[in-house]
Amino acid sequence: MEPPLIITRRLTKNYHLEGYPVHALRGVSVEIGAGEFVAVMGPSGSGKSTFMNLLGCLDRPSGGEYLLAGERASDLSGDALAAIRNRRVGFVFQNFNLLPRTSALENVELPLLYCGVPAAERHQRARAKLEEVGLGDRMHHQPSQLSGGQQQRVAIARALVNDPVLILADEPTGALDTHTSCEVMALLQQLNRGGMTVVLVTHEQEIASFAHRVISFRDGRVVEDHRIDQPNDAAAMAAQRQQELEA
Amino acid sequence: MNLLASIRIALRALRVNKLRSSLTMLGIIIGVGAVITMIAVGAGAQARVEEQIRSLGSNLIIILSGSVSSSGARLGFGSQRTITEDDAYAINREVPAVQAAAPALRGAGQVSGGNNNWSTAFWGVSPEYLEAREWNIAAGKPFGQADVQGSAKVAVIGETVSKNLFGDADPIGQVIRVNKVPLTVIGVLERKGQSFGGRDQDDVILMPISTARNRIMGAAQSKRRTVNNISVKVREDASMAEAEEDIRALLRQRHRLQAGQNDDFFLRNLSEVLGAREESSRIMTLLLAAVASVSLLVGGIGIMNIMLVSVTERTREIGLRMAVGARARDILTQFLVEAITLALIGGLLGVALGVAGSYAIGQFAGWRIALRPESIALAVGFAGVIGIFFGFYPARKASRLLPIEALRYE
Ligand SMILES: Nc1ncnc2c1ncn2[C@@H]1O[C@H](COP(=O)(O)OP(=O)(O)O)[C@@H](O)[C@H]1O
Ligand SMILES: [Mg+2]
Repeated sequence: MEPPLIITRRLTKNYHLEGYPVHALRGVSVEIGAGEFVAVMGPSGSGKSTFMNLLGCLDRPSGGEYLLAGERASDLSGDALAAIRNRRVGFVFQNFNLLPRTSALENVELPLLYCGVPAAERHQRARAKLEEVGLGDRMHHQPSQLSGGQQQRVAIARALVNDPVLILADEPTGALDTHTSCEVMALLQQLNRGGMTVVLVTHEQEIASFAHRVISFRDGRVVEDHRIDQPNDAAAMAAQRQQELEA
Repeated sequence: MNLLASIRIALRALRVNKLRSSLTMLGIIIGVGAVITMIAVGAGAQARVEEQIRSLGSNLIIILSGSVSSSGARLGFGSQRTITEDDAYAINREVPAVQAAAPALRGAGQVSGGNNNWSTAFWGVSPEYLEAREWNIAAGKPFGQADVQGSAKVAVIGETVSKNLFGDADPIGQVIRVNKVPLTVIGVLERKGQSFGGRDQDDVILMPISTARNRIMGAAQSKRRTVNNISVKVREDASMAEAEEDIRALLRQRHRLQAGQNDDFFLRNLSEVLGAREESSRIMTLLLAAVASVSLLVGGIGIMNIMLVSVTERTREIGLRMAVGARARDILTQFLVEAITLALIGGLLGVALGVAGSYAIGQFAGWRIALRPESIALAVGFAGVIGIFFGFYPARKASRLLPIEALRYE
């Protein structure tokens, strides 16, 4: 059997707030296999985002170790971490984090800019990803000219454009209404069916029900880890809602 | 990421904030413009002084009547003429360091020629005068020793006189009347321009000294041999100080001055006087440039200020760029390129402003300006250095942010 894509062992993270230590993660050991769709749940302040940021190499752990695809990320240099963020991980944020006054196409091209892809190929790949997320007709719109759901889809296209092995999404539906949330979840499910590993943070039970596995955090620790045998189908639910709205 | 992409990202960021970018550039524009203009004005003044020194001739000593007090003040100016034509000839003969010494006798009066009148100064001089003053004949020929011996009715005229009497016509061979005495123009002097005092040196008529004394100035003058001044050119290889010493000794002896008696003449080394002026105009140029550089420096601090604001304001953008794979050096390059671009575009616009400003000052104030390519290159180079220098700190600050901290920044 293939080794898990993600392995964390007793991962800890401490912050220092005005001299007092804050233990955001107190020893998290999980394994996530390639192709899984995992929802991370837990109350506010339980360490979910801290965990995701470590998985995405946006931050360094205080202790323990983290292996991504067999590579010990906790020992890597800043440039090597940048390369991982660039090529292996696609991050989706709650607040989209698109560059303002910059077209959707250019936003999606951004990761390619940092790995020296020539302009023509950049355009072509960014265009393909935008079409994949259903925004082929919005390439030249700026974020301010797009709805929240559309902006999040641009962000997903950006996360996908460099063909990562892992999509990390920290409350990607937190700023969206229920219907748009369903659409975004349908997109993530579709990606997962195509073989992409997805880790998603949410505090909504309904959103978590689209995943195959739910890991629950409390006070910086994993308190529950269970599988969902029959995840809900987000696409079907979105279609159903659409019908209800039209009726 | 390559440099070209960095430049493109930087230009985009600058375009997004057009107003702020232009205001930041304004500091550099004014700074560079000021440096170029000030150097042009200073260098113009310097060039003028240099030209005057050249027009004066080098190694020139002027001997005048009168005396100087120990403090250097000139006494008895014009009261009594004590130096004579024969003093000049004696200096020529007896001081080996002297290449040429020429007496000059000044007169003024009405001149007519062609169909015009002109009122100007005329000088009776010996043939050595042109050599002593390093003055060449532009057309025709100078007068010689024979003309002096025969009080020949000939004259050599300056360009201004020629223009005023004959317009564009060739004055050679024409007759001019100086205080009613007809003289034939045999030569035209090379143009010299203005003297340091602003006098037009080309508004002049030269004639044999005997002609001036005997034919034009009349009986009162003809008996005396005194002159207004003697121009002495010292040989290139001789020491000015020694020449001055020898001339002084010779004149004291000729004037029968006892030890302890003051000189009744004095020597003025004009190259020295103008050399000092040249030095002061050079210092002036440096001073102007230094003052203007301060404004360039202030412009640089403006860039740093804006870049720091920009880094703070765009912290989340920096975080995002890092989250999608930008390395620290990519961020450093981006912000450095932004700062340098601001400085260089500002610098180039500043060159335009400086060149326009220099010409405007030359035009409206009537000052001589000298635009120097070096000063333009210097100002633009300086602007670039300021961009790097003042851009580096904010850029490094941006590149040292941790991705997650930058992303979370509110
Ligand atoms: N930069 C930080 N500095 C200090 N404390 C922090 C910082 N980030 C997170 N924390 C603390 O760490 C704990 C976990 O935070 P987080 O991972 O954001 O929780 P969640 O995403 O589950 O709401 C919280 O108590 C939070 O206050
Ligand atoms: Mg969170």
